[in-house]
Amino acid sequence: MKWTRRDVLKGLGGIPILGAVWWAGASNTVSKNRERSAILEQLKIDPSLPSAVKAISGNPIRIGIIGFGIRGEQLCRALGYATEEWKEAMRIAHEEDPKNNQLQDFLDQEKLNVDLVAVCDIFDVRAEQARKLNPYKPLKRFRTHEEMIRSGEVDAVIIATPDHWHAPMAIDALENGVHAYVEKPMTHTIEETYRLREAARKSKALLMVGHQHRQTLSFQTAQDIIEKGILGHVSLIQTNTNRNDDNGAWNYDIHEQANENTIDWEMFLGSAPKIPFNKNHFFRWRKWWAYGSGLSGDLLTHDYDRLNCVLNMGIPNSVMASGGIYTHNDGRNVPDVLQVNMEFSDYSTGSSQVKGKEKGMTFVYSATLGNGFSRPTILMGHDATMELGNRLTIWPESGSTKYAEMIEAEKMNPRVPIYQYDPAASAPDAVSSATSQYFADKGLMWTYIDGKRVDSTFLHLREWLSATRNGGKLSCGIDEGFDEAISAHMAGLSYKLGRRIDWDPVSEQLVPIDGIDFDEVLLRST
Amino acid sequence: MSGSKTRWELKHSIVLMRILIGWHFLYEGVIKLYNPDWTSFGYLASAQGPFKPVFLAISQEPFLVWADNLNWMALMFVGITLTLGVFEKWGAGVGIFLLALYYLAHPPFPWLEQVNVEGSYWFVNKNLIELVACLIVLQHPTAQIFGLGNIWNRNKSLNKSEAQ
Repeated sequence: MKWTRRDVLKGLGGIPILGAVWWAGASNTVSKNRERSAILEQLKIDPSLPSAVKAISGNPIRIGIIGFGIRGEQLCRALGYATEEWKEAMRIAHEEDPKNNQLQDFLDQEKLNVDLVAVCDIFDVRAEQARKLNPYKPLKRFRTHEEMIRSGEVDAVIIATPDHWHAPMAIDALENGVHAYVEKPMTHTIEETYRLREAARKSKALLMVGHQHRQTLSFQTAQDIIEKGILGHVSLIQTNTNRNDDNGAWNYDIHEQANENTIDWEMFLGSAPKIPFNKNHFFRWRKWWAYGSGLSGDLLTHDYDRLNCVLNMGIPNSVMASGGIYTHNDGRNVPDVLQVNMEFSDYSTGSSQVKGKEKGMTFVYSATLGNGFSRPTILMGHDATMELGNRLTIWPESGSTKYAEMIEAEKMNPRVPIYQYDPAASAPDAVSSATSQYFADKGLMWTYIDGKRVDSTFLHLREWLSATRNGGKLSCGIDEGFDEAISAHMAGLSYKLGRRIDWDPVSEQLVPIDGIDFDEVLLRST
Repeated sequence: MSGSKTRWELKHSIVLMRILIGWHFLYEGVIKLYNPDWTSFGYLASAQGPFKPVFLAISQEPFLVWADNLNWMALMFVGITLTLGVFEKWGAGVGIFLLALYYLAHPPFPWLEQVNVEGSYWFVNKNLIELVACLIVLQHPTAQIFGLGNIWNRNKSLNKSEAQ
């Protein structure tokens, strides 16, 4: 043998290099995994699964749609009925962007045992479009909601009208034993909030408030996170509306065929001040207190209920709001920039510190219609911070009591999330517009079940409809709606009066202010 | 092979390059092998350029599991062969194939949006350069200088000379 030590070294020299690299990679990964599982073990978060809903048995539920506008059309699609115009538009959208699968998602949507049989819309063009939703049996058009509710031809109604019609219609439906799904905000005044609660409690029919995000799985997981005290005591919540486009500022399209002959103007006005026919008011009603409630009713309600769903914090002890018309000075009288501070002085999500040190929380809602920079919803706890949307992310707090040891041992790092929940991780999506991106990020449009995108409005309607046949608790019934409506009205009142509005939880009444009629303030133009 | 003093020549530089490439591939492979949560989904789903539809298709089931497994296996194969200096031509070939895929999935073309890149590139990026380096390794085998190939071939030549 002519082997020299040099030959052996040259032949086998690669082996120690291989061993070293392998060892480095393996030990690095394994120890990272171990740290991760140690953290998850400590957190014990259970990602939520969709709740089982019993099928709608028996004859199809006969449904009437009241208000076939932008939202009414979306609600009908969630029931399985789309206009030909929409289908064509989505087909073209898919051709332009293959990731836009809205039409396919609609076609794949589970078929509900329902029959959309009637429409009530005071604009002839929209009513006719709605009638064609069922090509085999055109929907019957009713001139008024009273006629529809009393016709005996509908089991349930969906109310997607301007805000000032929500409560009168919902109360009428419930008093006549017709199930009602009402869009948010649930009511337009304080007084009718109590009347609607009374009607819902007395009626055998079921009332559902249209906060569809209650179906979003990430929010249900967030509930689990709060209950397990992972964030510690949450002292501040920051929620936001950030929009910067016409659609987002409620300047919706005005239909070319809109005129006094095609629109029942008197019916539109209802209890609102009598003014001459005005197309702008008809299509863009969200911009006036007489019919809508601006940021506090349209968008604060989403953020408030998202958090009420996770925290169950109820109505704030007090609310202070301020803002103004700073970005769209176009004749509207609702603010387009609004900041609302809600105080929950007795609320706590639990504490990792000495008893009695931590109690109370402020909920901040900050909105502008003049900038679309995405500010996330943040829950700030003593032990951790959570970003809440369709995704959830939790960062440990550097000053945490609960995680002090793990942070000291460098097993946790305040800059590195300790938990991320992303049910959409395997579903690349295309979102069509700035406003829909705004809603999608907040988890308001859809949720993900087994990585598949599901319209949360569909799930919300299905829950309500299934309960009308099978019973069961609604995730957004009258109690949740009552909390939402009162809180939103407190914000509107504080903005208009420029003072603090207090709530007395014992008497369940707003604390009166001498010489002030709250409902008169809510309805007036300034 | 005599004389204790050897000048540092091109072949030695190529050995060094081969080992470093092997090191790089091996570490990437081991990291993926030991991390059960690793997936190439994000990388494939965010693909750009002319082959975008192909990569998008691979990012879906049932192909994704195959792509994930084949990727770490191929990385480890390149890593082991180039580090040890055995079957190095095969290793370099597989390396070229992998790097070509990585290059095509996120090509640094000026008209494409560059996502998750740490530097500035114009048609040429590190993947392309490493690919060419693999090409050199393929054309200039160095296992006989440093690697198991040294023993392998020596045994062969010894057997030959004994037979004669």
